[in-house]
Amino acid sequence: MIAFNKYYNHFNLLSSVLIVVSLLLLIFKGLNFGIDFKGGTLIELRASDSKINVSSLRDRFNQMDLGDVSVKKFGNDTDFLVKFENKDNKKNIIEEIKANLDKSFGNNYDFRRVENVGPKVSAELLKSGVIAISLSLALMLIYIWIRFEWQFSLGAILALFHDVIVTLGVFSLFSLEINLSIIAAVLTIVGYSMNDTVVIFDRVRENLRKYSDIKIFELTNISINETLSRTIITSATTLLALLAIYFFGGEILRGFSLAMILGVVFGTYSSIYIANTVLVRLRVSQKTVLREDDQNKLN
Amino acid sequence: MLYFSKLRILFIILFSVLFILIASSNLFKFDDNFFDKKINLGLDLQGGSYLLLEIDNEPVIEQKLQNLTTTIRNYFKEKNIKINNIKIDNQNIFFNVIDNDKQSVLDVFQDENSDLNPYYPRFKSHQLEIEDTGLNLKVNFSRQGLIKLKTSSQDQAIEIVRRRVDEVGTNEPNILKRGNNRILVELPGLDDPMRIKSLLGKTANLTFRFVSNDENDRFGVEKLKFENGLEEATVSKRIIISGENLLDAQPKMDTQTNQTIVSFTLDRVGAKRFGKATSTGIGKQLAIVLDGKIISAPVVRDTIASGSGQISGGFTFQTATDLALLLRSGALPAPLEIIEERTVGPDLGQDSINAGMIALAIGFMLVIIFMFVKYKIFGLITNVTLIVNLFILLGVLTLFEATLTLPGIAGIILTVGMAVDANVLIFERIKEELKDETNNILAFDGGYTKSRTAILDANITTLLAAIILFFMGSGPVKGFAVTLGVGIFTTLFSVYFIARLFTSIYVSRNKNKEKLI
Repeated sequence: MIAFNKYYNHFNLLSSVLIVVSLLLLIFKGLNFGIDFKGGTLIELRASDSKINVSSLRDRFNQMDLGDVSVKKFGNDTDFLVKFENKDNKKNIIEEIKANLDKSFGNNYDFRRVENVGPKVSAELLKSGVIAISLSLALMLIYIWIRFEWQFSLGAILALFHDVIVTLGVFSLFSLEINLSIIAAVLTIVGYSMNDTVVIFDRVRENLRKYSDIKIFELTNISINETLSRTIITSATTLLALLAIYFFGGEILRGFSLAMILGVVFGTYSSIYIANTVLVRLRVSQKTVLREDDQNKLN
Repeated sequence: MLYFSKLRILFIILFSVLFILIASSNLFKFDDNFFDKKINLGLDLQGGSYLLLEIDNEPVIEQKLQNLTTTIRNYFKEKNIKINNIKIDNQNIFFNVIDNDKQSVLDVFQDENSDLNPYYPRFKSHQLEIEDTGLNLKVNFSRQGLIKLKTSSQDQAIEIVRRRVDEVGTNEPNILKRGNNRILVELPGLDDPMRIKSLLGKTANLTFRFVSNDENDRFGVEKLKFENGLEEATVSKRIIISGENLLDAQPKMDTQTNQTIVSFTLDRVGAKRFGKATSTGIGKQLAIVLDGKIISAPVVRDTIASGSGQISGGFTFQTATDLALLLRSGALPAPLEIIEERTVGPDLGQDSINAGMIALAIGFMLVIIFMFVKYKIFGLITNVTLIVNLFILLGVLTLFEATLTLPGIAGIILTVGMAVDANVLIFERIKEELKDETNNILAFDGGYTKSRTAILDANITTLLAAIILFFMGSGPVKGFAVTLGVGIFTTLFSVYFIARLFTSIYVSRNKNKEKLI
């Protein structure tokens, strides 16, 4: 049996630091929103001429008076991602750019993807993204509140907040782009983290009913160990699937799979070291569960 | 938990085979029309264009209010009430009446049977609201009135958009309403939406009006620019004929001048008016105005009574074709603005499909190898179940003709990774049971029973997340929610029916074997 409970305090401290740092990053550095949420134009371009590279493209685009232009390599040497604000929301901007690039590069390039999101739409997408995440957290809260005693709910929700905040913190730290698929990833993380926590909590509650003489400090450790192989195997297979997406699923899914990978890692960690320590700190005992059982019987 | 009746076994086998057949119908072409459902590929996978258009209703509201001022004036004139100082400001109509008439004006506006101000009994609201500000009377559209106006202009606009898109001839366009002032246009397979964008960006309001330098023109005059933006002309506001009078328009080659022209045919009313105008206006310039710009202003040489004519204006064949198309499909009730555009080229779509499939294959292999190494014979059972699960998932998506997107493929891969969770929970529980229980059957039974709540909890939480994503997400992300959500149900089915059936067969044959798992 691994003595997870020996490090409860250490890891609580670590998590607190991680959350505080993440929050500071989110407040002061902020998130790198993609055009989905900021508005603007994105062009994915494939070149068939080695003359076309980041600097020659940047030169061209900077001459076109498009505001802030970012040009990056995208995956391999011939693919580039160009993003700009398109502040005035010019109508025929893509056609103008094509005409302009034709002059310098002829026919040696191809627009593989064009996305143009107006300011109204991006504001709406951001709003619905925030609503979606808040709604999912609220729904999880309600679900866990129906299923478990309040001490458990608090533990699960704290773990959930930890996972979401720290994942977003990592995205802020490395200025990784937040787009629509990241919202999908965050919601899936919420589901996964909850899932992981609930499996351990189920066992904690079962053990609480079984043993009256074991303190919660020990009991959580027993429960974690009993469910440990499941925790490891499920995380492993999920991570294997996600790594396959990350490495082979193409450039478009990379951010999404990275967010999910981080979420699975943090979710697994928080189920063990946050959710359970809340139970310990709130001194959950057999009485907590039995009291609820009695009430259910009365109802 | 381990007992299966013969009937149930039959049902499980039939059900699985059915869905495997449905899923495989995507791969093979069956000749009969018995079953022709297929999984649709999202625009991000097959390539295509997604355009979100917003209707600018301001001009429509302006126009309606403008018409309303005349209506109000005439309506009360018949009742011998004089309307003074009527004006429009910021989407409100203001006017004065003498104090004695005030109440009767208010009564007309608040009468439920009034033909001036329609009443919608369903919403308990009038079209217009009236308010006595003290200084004057203020009339504006009520909330319901505005909604009615917007939905009606949306209905008209979507019809015109459909006609224009159909005329261009893209395959299976998808045109849908969004809210009450937006139209979504999905154009699968369209690589370059430039032409459609420029066609949808034009209101196509066509009028024929005389060029008039007479300041005292009864209808008023306005200065308009030519299409080339250089020249200007003063044009009467009196409309001879408009686009509504057109029956047909076609691009043609004028054999005499060797120019591309647009020839048109007028309806009966239009032909009559056009004939009359051309007979009285010989020698005058007739301006052909499209969306506030003059295309050309030829001099009338002859009376045209045949009801057909032609527009020339230095067109190329392409611009003439487009103009004819716009004229045939009619004018939009209000200008449209493209507020969101996403276009994916077909080769990127194919690349995404390939990458997605490779990731799926590799993810699948990794999980299968891992499970086999970890659980041996039970790993094998899990793996067979996993494959059947994948087919059932694809079968369900086919049955509902769901749209598969790139994030949707990611959702399938993720389902593969998470689907083993339920089996793992069961197997781990059985292992624990076997520590105290020597009877294999009892241990397996206990494992299944005791792991049930955890499995249910785990899947409900993921399902909740998927449901929210489905309703809040858009486009590709919705595809992810669909595969993730459907995946949960197929996983539960395959774990509790297929895997359990295999397990029960294996366990009952090896009842007395030690260390079964």
